Amino acid sequence: MATLIKERRIVEESSRPPELVLLQPSDDPAALVDRIGGIAAITAIAVNFPKFGDGGGYSIARLLRERYGYQGELRAVGEVARDHLHAMAQCGFNVFELRAGEDPEEALKGFGDFSEQYQATTAQPAPLFRRRAGP
Amino acid sequence: MYRYDDIDQRLVDERVAQFRDQTQRFLAGALSEDDFRQLRLRNGLYVQRYAPMLRIAIPYGLLSSRQLRKLAGIAQKYDRGYGHFSTRQNLQLNWPKLEEVPEILAELATVEMHAIQTSGNCVRNITADHFAGVARDEIVDSFVWCELVRQWSTFHPEFNYLPRKFKIAINGASVDRVATFVHDIGLHAVKNSADETGFRVIVGGGLGRTPIIGHVIREFLPWPQLLNYLDAILRVYNRYGRRDNLYKARIKILVKERGLEKFRAEVEAEWAHLKDGPATVTEEEIRRIEARFTRPRYEKLVDVDFPAAKTPFAAWMKRNVHPHQQPGYAVVTLSLKKTGVPPGDVTSEQMSRIAQLAEDYSFGELRVTHEQNLVFADVRQAELNSLWQALRELGLATPNIGLLTNIIACPGGDFCSLANAKSIPVAEAIQRRFDDLDYLHDIGELDLNISGCMNACGHHHVGHIGILGVDKNGEEWYQIEIGGNQGETRPGVSAATKATPTALGKVIGPSFARADVPDVIERLIEIYLKRRDSEAERFVDVVRRLGIEPFKIGVYGNPDQRTTDRRRILAAA
Repeated sequence: MATLIKERRIVEESSRPPELVLLQPSDDPAALVDRIGGIAAITAIAVNFPKFGDGGGYSIARLLRERYGYQGELRAVGEVARDHLHAMAQCGFNVFELRAGEDPEEALKGFGDFSEQYQATTAQPAPLFRRRAGP
Repeated sequence: MYRYDDIDQRLVDERVAQFRDQTQRFLAGALSEDDFRQLRLRNGLYVQRYAPMLRIAIPYGLLSSRQLRKLAGIAQKYDRGYGHFSTRQNLQLNWPKLEEVPEILAELATVEMHAIQTSGNCVRNITADHFAGVARDEIVDSFVWCELVRQWSTFHPEFNYLPRKFKIAINGASVDRVATFVHDIGLHAVKNSADETGFRVIVGGGLGRTPIIGHVIREFLPWPQLLNYLDAILRVYNRYGRRDNLYKARIKILVKERGLEKFRAEVEAEWAHLKDGPATVTEEEIRRIEARFTRPRYEKLVDVDFPAAKTPFAAWMKRNVHPHQQPGYAVVTLSLKKTGVPPGDVTSEQMSRIAQLAEDYSFGELRVTHEQNLVFADVRQAELNSLWQALRELGLATPNIGLLTNIIACPGGDFCSLANAKSIPVAEAIQRRFDDLDYLHDIGELDLNISGCMNACGHHHVGHIGILGVDKNGEEWYQIEIGGNQGETRPGVSAATKATPTALGKVIGPSFARADVPDVIERLIEIYLKRRDSEAERFVDVVRRLGIEPFKIGVYGNPDQRTTDRRRILAAA
């Protein structure tokens, strides 16, 4: 059993879907696209965060979304804590498999840690400076 | 000063709330020590030898009087009434209480300050030219670009958990006052043949235990591409940088292991995708940032004539006062390197007084330099003498900028749990040895840097003389390097060697006991004075010309003598 946050709702899942492809932070998303035969053939990808402080998966997520136009489920797995959720959502993750011991109700608050973002991201492609009104 | 708008302020306030919650969860046992470590580091909070240490960000080293007063108050209320300006142009408090840190951050937020990303494996405070906006050799006002990059790097969702820390330096003048070649990324503003502004991009330099001089990855990057190119470099690093070995995790190792050409090809390929994308910087944004900076209202003045004299004021003018773009104005360095005071340390009382002086003499703003001094950038020349007198009373007018006693030193074994050896007492012993001002001025420009361990926070690799604390069977010893150079920091010195002036020092030989260090430095100086062509040839120039051998012989004796000595020692043993 794992607790997921999906579409900002708490969902219990008995086992991962069989079609879920797991990527490690060192994997190359381009190789996956080649192997499967195009991004359209993939419906669910998980990116592993092996440690609390290992951020390789953020780049993988953005590449999948922004470079390869991946539209399906993008799931963060591994050391996924409430403190990561805001940034993960910005980088294009839409399903979050919380690590054991995370309080899911509390974790939901993590999405609201920040109300704005300076950078261009997957979730907000226009950087703040293109949205700011005047000096 | 860049003044926050509502969004800048809101983000800092939200950060305070986030960290308050994280601290509460840690104290309640809901967050492990290891996880909390990652989070507290990103808010500047270390656990040190005796107490926590809080590193407060001073973005690109620029401070207002109001902010400095707040820092004075915080150091008084939450600490022991002093702070330490670091080589990263930040302010460190050495004795705060962990549970009070959220309160400190909340107070900082009231004056548009924070401790965001002053530690942890993320993009750190940007190293900036302390003469930005006033230097005569300026190409662009680098503060504007620093602020642009500050915003880009703040809570960057993709790059908040990099393989290792990441330091960017931005230089907007023709000489390099920010050591661009020893940063993860160095950006040096340049003009191309069509007079367009861009940046020369240097990557993969760094100090620490594996010092490396950076490589020019791109000679000219048009300014609108700045953030796209940074994204490209950081993405290649985030994906391929090593996470298996802490000591091989910096970008310099990635560049070295892949080779510059392969690394460059990867960055350029990534950039090709990002180029002209949404993060392309706009003219409007640069104008917007410029407009949010406060600007001094200069009066129309003429330069004051200061006749040459052999007075203490003239000595201070020579070393601590620098030319300004505006006629009738000058730039003044406040020396935090008085003998007997740990380099970079300032008391709350001094901070308050400095804040007042900045208001009285320099439009209420000041800068922190990476050499751990302070700068008043906009002083009327006619008021230099009265400022000098005020600074003298505060012990901040030591005329030693650019000289041997302007020592860069890390906090060392007195405070830091990483240190092998103490730094501060070594700095003091050297300053005491060279307390004769005439002798000091005769020696001329010399950077002497001390680090208490190989992490090199005291930048010993780029000191003309570098001292490194090492541990030998539990005892503190000191290794000495010569010939390092951070880059040409002052206009007009040795223009002939300007091409690639950055250099790493070479170790002269076996290390020394602490008590012997001042003797060794004195010996090195004697050899230099004997061998220099003229007063214009600096210590580092002589090392470059002659190599380290004459200095080695001078300190350890010639090779024959060394063998004889060793035999004698062995026989005696």
